[in-house]
Parts: sequence; structure tokens; C-alpha cells
Amino acid sequence: MSAVAQKTHAPETAPRRRRRIFRAPNDTPAGPLTYVALISTILIGVFPLYWMLVIGSSSDKELAQIPPNVVPGNQLMTNLDYVFGTDGVFFVRSLVNSLIVSSIVMVSVVFFCSLAGFAFAKLRFKGRNALMVVVILTLTVPNQLGAVALYILVTKFGWQGELPSVIVPGLVTAFGVFYMRQFIVDAVPDELIEAARIDGASTLRTYGSVIFPIIRPAIGVLGLLSFTATWNDFQWPLIVLGGSEHPTVQVALSTLAAGQFVVYSRVLAGALVATLPLLIVFFGAGKQIVGGIMEGAVKQ
Amino acid sequence: MTTTTGRAGAGPREAPPTPSPSVRDEHVWRNRFSKWDVKYMPYVLISPFFVLFGVFGLFPLIYNGVVSLRTWRLDNPAADGWAGLENYRKLFGDSDFWNALYNTFGIFVVATIPQLLIALILAGLLNRKLRATTTFRMGVLVPYITPIAASTLIFASVFANRYGIANQFLKAIGLDPVDWRAERWSSWTAISIMVDWRWIGYMTLIYLAAMQSVSREIYEAAAIDGAGPQRQFWSLTVPLIRPTIVFTAVIATIGMMQLFTEPLLFDSNTAAASGGSAHQFQTVALLIYQTGWKNLNLGYAAAMSWVMFVIIVALAAVNAFLTNRLGRGK
Repeated sequence: MSAVAQKTHAPETAPRRRRRIFRAPNDTPAGPLTYVALISTILIGVFPLYWMLVIGSSSDKELAQIPPNVVPGNQLMTNLDYVFGTDGVFFVRSLVNSLIVSSIVMVSVVFFCSLAGFAFAKLRFKGRNALMVVVILTLTVPNQLGAVALYILVTKFGWQGELPSVIVPGLVTAFGVFYMRQFIVDAVPDELIEAARIDGASTLRTYGSVIFPIIRPAIGVLGLLSFTATWNDFQWPLIVLGGSEHPTVQVALSTLAAGQFVVYSRVLAGALVATLPLLIVFFGAGKQIVGGIMEGAVKQ
Repeated sequence: MTTTTGRAGAGPREAPPTPSPSVRDEHVWRNRFSKWDVKYMPYVLISPFFVLFGVFGLFPLIYNGVVSLRTWRLDNPAADGWAGLENYRKLFGDSDFWNALYNTFGIFVVATIPQLLIALILAGLLNRKLRATTTFRMGVLVPYITPIAASTLIFASVFANRYGIANQFLKAIGLDPVDWRAERWSSWTAISIMVDWRWIGYMTLIYLAAMQSVSREIYEAAAIDGAGPQRQFWSLTVPLIRPTIVFTAVIATIGMMQLFTEPLLFDSNTAAASGGSAHQFQTVALLIYQTGWKNLNLGYAAAMSWVMFVIIVALAAVNAFLTNRLGRGK
């Protein structure tokens, strides 16, 4: 935890020490080779996305050319017409569904996890430490392996093929509780809560007027991470929504690719649509997402 | 960690000297609420997590054990009934299961070792004084935020037999094209490339975060002894972030044991969930899906899940133990 406090204050703002001949790596200016290596890595990382655009915007015939087309074509709209128009795929509806599911999960995770994180970080109650250990342990439980029984349970609830089956199990996450707890422990001074108590503020009031304003950045990060994870989720939605009339967009995408002859130009045009919202989010808030992942890592 | 807030009886302080009855009633009520608030509100706040985890996380894992001891078929509910250890007996003689287990471990090894190694080196590169730091960090994370279904389908087209860009490239440099889905080694390679493409950036940021929390003084002390940057990295930085390396090894293990989307959508016939014509890249998670939702045999799928659960828990323990041991022996 001290590492984090140090991290937030030290690197950029600390007055630069006098240079020695030997330096810590993060004081050593990167050489040209480092830049070359990093830039090539990123190009390799981005290439598949570019390739998705190339194929998704080409016609089938263009794809069969040798040498292949390496620039985007002009068939994107034709391919998208097919994607949106294919019966039994429900692509348009699936986009709306994904938006609904991801938004509800995002708001709920942020709300419940910040409250629980607050309790674990700043309130005193019997069994607090033991319960926190339970939360951390559940982080490593391979949940997918309960899918069979979860499917039976959700079917009993009448949710099979319906959106609640992918919303309700995700409403609070262990990661969220853990992440908010760590943030609140560091960011909120005990004196502030003490003072609110002396003023007679209840626990919830303290949360609303003292905690919430301070943890807004962490709420933003957790919200982004939850939205992204839910939008991208595939296995459980496929199990419970596959073949239904209410798929999420990733499930609809897999339906598109399930035919006897996979037409990649159409499938990847669909993939482009399923990816684009996240790329937009990432361009807008990638810095926060990077920060969130790195902070989460240090705190482990 | 020293957090004391809810002091016992931390009620409103302003007790008026001679309160009128109504004011006193209110006071009493507030006092009572305040006591309740301090004592029980924390449990109210943490309960949503525990209730939800109990119902949708813990219960299914345990109930899976019950399902695995029954005949439970989606296509024939009438046949439902107690089966004892029949599912398990069948499982241990099922060559499909052993094959899937073999594939899962094989892909795990092929994918994870380069993944963590490359991530470590990349983190070392990012742990320099760089221009445009944020851009580089965001750049390596792009694959991680790409939806897994979308990226797998992109790779499925990249590794397409005739017109896939991978084979075009091989031909262009004078090599023979590869039938990526046909063989064990080729399909494992393709799947490992997909997995590593997605996870290297994420692991890099985890390592980078750990590297940045190493204090400068340690480096300065070591540098005076004449350690060059290479030696500094391998004999100072890497051992110092060992706990993080153990952590990533454990999450990679748990994740790879459940590998599902890549082998499913890479297949030319995704609807079959068979992991190739001869199951050459069918993982256990994929076999569970095929058994449960294609062959509609939930009881048998539950038995597989249980065996896999035990394997993962054991592996995570062994993994943590070994990595710790090896690191210490150095």
C-alpha cells in the first residue's frame, strides 16, 4: 500500500535528484532501439484490428485475390446490410441488449462495490478481516466451472434466454469490492469520517457527503472496467442466451460465424460493429483504464 | 490499516440540559438508530456481495457436485435420477476427456511461457524514461479491451487455409502454407498466438506497475557496484518483482485451464464445439460445453467440471509453491 502512495506522488513531481552515472531504469532515457521495439509491438497489437477493417470492408471476390488487398475496400455498407438484415441473428437488438446489460452492471457494480469497499476500509465490525479474506479468495475461484449448476439455477428462475441471466450474477464483483476498499483506505483520511460522525452523520450520510466526492475517480475507473468486461463477456452469455431471441452482441456475432460456409467479410464487418463502441470508450478514457489496471496490480 | 471510526456509542453529542418530552423522544430515537447504524450498517453494506456470491458463485460450484452424481439430461428429463459415481467412472475411461486435458495443458505451456517472458521484457522497455508514456501504455493494452469473440474471429480469418494472410505471408517468403486447423502443433500454435496477443499487454502493465514501485535507492546502490542495464534487469529488477511474477503465473494458470472462446470460434465448424475434426484442439472447457449444451448431458458435464475444479485448485497451490521455491533457490 505504501507503494501506491509513493507512486501517486513521487515519479513526476519529485524534484529531480542530481544525476549519478548509474541510474534507476525509470530515470534512464530510452534509446532508439527501445522505441523501435515498442512501436513494432504496438503495430503488431493493432494489426488484427486494422485487418478486421480491411476484410470487413471488402467483397468476397476481393478477398480471394492474390496478392491480397491490404487497404480497406468500399463494401462495408453492403456487408453491414447483410449483418443487420440476417434473420435469426438479431444483430441490432443484440447491440441494444449489450448496451442495457453493460450499463446496468456498470452502475450496480459501482454502487454496491463502493459501499462494501467503504465498509471494509473504514468501518469497524466483527469479522471484518476474515470477511475481507473471503472476498479476496473468491477472486481466484474459477467461476466458469459452476456453469452447469448456474444454468440449472437460472432456468429455475425462468431467466434462460432472458437478459436477467447475464445481468443479475454480475451485479456485484469481488474485484470491485477489493478495488474500492484499497482506494478508500488510501484516499480517505480517518479524521474526515471521524468529523462527520461527531456532527451526527449516519453511515450512509457519511458515504454520500464525505466518501463519494473523494472516490469519484476510482468510481470512474471501476465503471469503465465493468462496462468493458460485461460488453466483452462471451462464454456465459453464449451458454444462456445462445439460440434465444435476446442475445448480447458477442453472442450474435458468434451466430453470424456459425454457418456452414463462413463469409469472413460479413462476419468481420459485424465484429467491427461489436468492437467499435469499446474502441471509442478506450480512446476517450484509455488513460484511466491503464491507471486502474496498474493500481489494481500494485495493490495485489 | 489502522482505521477506527465507528466508536462505540458515537451518537449525537448535543444533549440538551432539560429536554422537553418531544425533543427527548427524538433524541432517544436518534440515539437508538445511531447505535444500530454503527453496529449493523456495515453488514448491510457488505451483504449484497455475499448474498450474490453465495447464490450465483458458491452455490453452483457445490451444487455441481450434486448434479454430477445424477443422470441429468436436457433432452430426456424423465431419465433423471441418482447415478452414484457412474459419471465419474465413465469419465476416467473417456478418451475425449483425456485428450481435452492433454490439449489444455499443451496449449497452456505453449502459450504461457512466451507470454510472461515477452511481457517481462516489454515491461522492462516501458520502465524507462520515455516520451509519450501514456500512448505506449494504452497501445499495448488495445488487444486486451478488444472483445474476445471479435478478435478470435479475426484470427480465424488470418489463419484461413487458402486466402488467410498468414499463409499468404508464408508463401511470400517461400515457405509452404500450413493447414492451421488440421494438426495438433499448428492449431496449438495459432491458438497460443491468439491468447498471447490478448494477454501480453495486460501482463506487461502488471509487471510495469510492480517495477515502478521498486525504490530508486536499491538501483543506485547496485549501480555503484557496476551492474549494467541488462544485468540490472535480470539480477535486480526481476527478482525484486518475484511476488508479482508468481501472481501472474497463478492467474495465467487459472485462466488457461478454462480456455474456451479461442478453440470454439477458431474451428471451421463453430456450431459443433468439437475443437477440430479429430478434437485436436478441444480444451476441457470446450468439451464441457459440448457435453452439456450440444449433447445435452448436464450430469456428465458437471462431473467434468468438478474434476477440472479440483485440478485447478491443486495447480494453483503447486504453482505458487514452486514459483516461490525456484525464486528462492536462485
